[in-house]
Amino acid sequence: MELVCPAGTPAALRTAVTAGAQAVYCGFADETNARNFPGLNFSRAELDEAIDFAHTRGAKVLVAINTFPRAGAETLWHQAVADADTLGADAVILADLGLIAYAADRHPDLRRHLSVQAAAANPDAVNFYADTFGIRRVVLPRVLTVDEIRAINSEIDIETEVFVFGGLCVMAEGRCSLSSYATGLSPNMNGVCSPASHVAYAEEGPELVARLGGFTIHRTPRDRSAPYPTLCKGCFTSGPQTGHVFEDPVSLDATDLIPALAKAGVTALKIEGRQRSRAYVEKVVRAFRTAVEAEARGDAPPKAALAALAEGQAATTGAYAKIWR
Amino acid sequence: MDLTVGANPYFWDTDRVCAFYGDLAAAPVARVVVGEQVCSKRLPLWQDALPDAIEALTAAGKTVALTSLALITLKRERKMTAQLFETGLVVEINDLSALRHLPEGREFWVGPLVNVYNEGTLRWLALQGATRICLPPELPLSSVARLAEAGRELGVAIEVWGFGRLPLAIAGRCYHARLHDRPKDNCQFVCGDDPDGRDVDTLDGQRFLTVNGVQTLSQASASAAYQVEALQEAGVAALRLSPQSTEFVAICGDYAARLSGSMTADALAESLAAKVPGGQLADGFLTGPSGAHWSRAG
Repeated sequence: MELVCPAGTPAALRTAVTAGAQAVYCGFADETNARNFPGLNFSRAELDEAIDFAHTRGAKVLVAINTFPRAGAETLWHQAVADADTLGADAVILADLGLIAYAADRHPDLRRHLSVQAAAANPDAVNFYADTFGIRRVVLPRVLTVDEIRAINSEIDIETEVFVFGGLCVMAEGRCSLSSYATGLSPNMNGVCSPASHVAYAEEGPELVARLGGFTIHRTPRDRSAPYPTLCKGCFTSGPQTGHVFEDPVSLDATDLIPALAKAGVTALKIEGRQRSRAYVEKVVRAFRTAVEAEARGDAPPKAALAALAEGQAATTGAYAKIWR
Repeated sequence: MDLTVGANPYFWDTDRVCAFYGDLAAAPVARVVVGEQVCSKRLPLWQDALPDAIEALTAAGKTVALTSLALITLKRERKMTAQLFETGLVVEINDLSALRHLPEGREFWVGPLVNVYNEGTLRWLALQGATRICLPPELPLSSVARLAEAGRELGVAIEVWGFGRLPLAIAGRCYHARLHDRPKDNCQFVCGDDPDGRDVDTLDGQRFLTVNGVQTLSQASASAAYQVEALQEAGVAALRLSPQSTEFVAICGDYAARLSGSMTADALAESLAAKVPGGQLADGFLTGPSGAHWSRAG
């Protein structure tokens, strides 16, 4: 299976490739990609160099242009597709129907992947994008079980890529406006979710309170480490209950499922984390490269290498296990 | 500009559904979208009410459309979606995979849960036969104006979310079942206990979200009361009103009065504040700094 690794910066890209990534994904430093964070992403010149670096070492570069173009400003997104093509990207990762139609029409030879933001969650959706726009790979939304992934693969002819590690969306991606409800900024329009610009911390009595757009997301005792106030991982009350109504502050770890995902016909495993440090990227990519190679040989997943990743972190296999629902 | 009633997002029993659409037949709205949008498990429990509802609405001169599910993953859900096109009614797609089942040359509507953010997407859908598109509620007025203009050129009627709790997210996980410590497969239809969804507040008691099975809504009811003139000027064809369990016909009447000029924005807002569950309004997606913002907040 192909290991698709995050590259938030040119330095992280070099780190990921050196650590064993067969493919990296990255984006331009603007609202065209879904990790539009300050200090992240690539200028055109940086992407040019990065593609050279990766190709010299046999790795692919996938460019995410996966926000939904703003009405009246589609040129910015069209230019991003054109530049990715000119610079020699191995594929673009797209979510918006209109932008996909544009890329298929104007850049027919540029390989097109369907972003998780397009939320294609069944074979009809996947075949619709494949037949209509020549999509070659679909990144499956994190609402599916392994069995459902296997069933989808039995009815489609294009490649599937799934998330195996890192941040976890609880909602169907590309179909969530919780963040813009609280802050005005959304993944779909602005490429950000629960943005740091709208986070405020306050010490109130024995607690640290984290608010997002003025809404309280967590209250944590001061002597404990407070998780980042991602909206859907917050602690809320509903009737008599108080707790993590949507999801605990956990991240996805599907390392144990790698053999099952391989059997389900998955082509590529994706690691989330374009906003993470180079040290993190290095560690995670190395561990997963070892695991993917073990899987290819038919060996059991190397427990030791993977266990180091989960240390101190609460993790879940998310929707891959049916019980999660 | 006229009024369209969207699909009821909540799980109501057959009697409540019959009564709701029976009453709605007398409301001053041009068209009504019916059917199950949120959870495929619910439909068998209330679908017997649908034929009567459709008949009552049609007899009252309203155009009736059938919604698709918003998130289609199971085989049975794909089958349900294909069957929608056999009824002869217009189908409002709320998941793009429904297009796979669209008979050649058939017109369709596009619901608020499909991502139509720009002219390119709108144009593509128009070419496939879309004649009416309700825009995603997240869009600001500036985008709405652009899309309404493109819609006019393409002959597509553009609708904007005019009233109701906002559909903010859809998931594989059922939050209603989770709140009751039940797995989704054994939910025992507990979402039916809450005819307007189950409210979720922050730890500081701020009214925030509402859980409706696998869907998350805003707890505030959105209202375009203060944007009616701007939307009319932009060429928006209709306001989308989303059902709630009580006083909905009166709310439709208020909106009709607002559109005809016999009710002011202030009067509409005041009337709504007394009728919506929780009493909270929002119009921030259209004109404010965030979706939850209410332009008349003190």
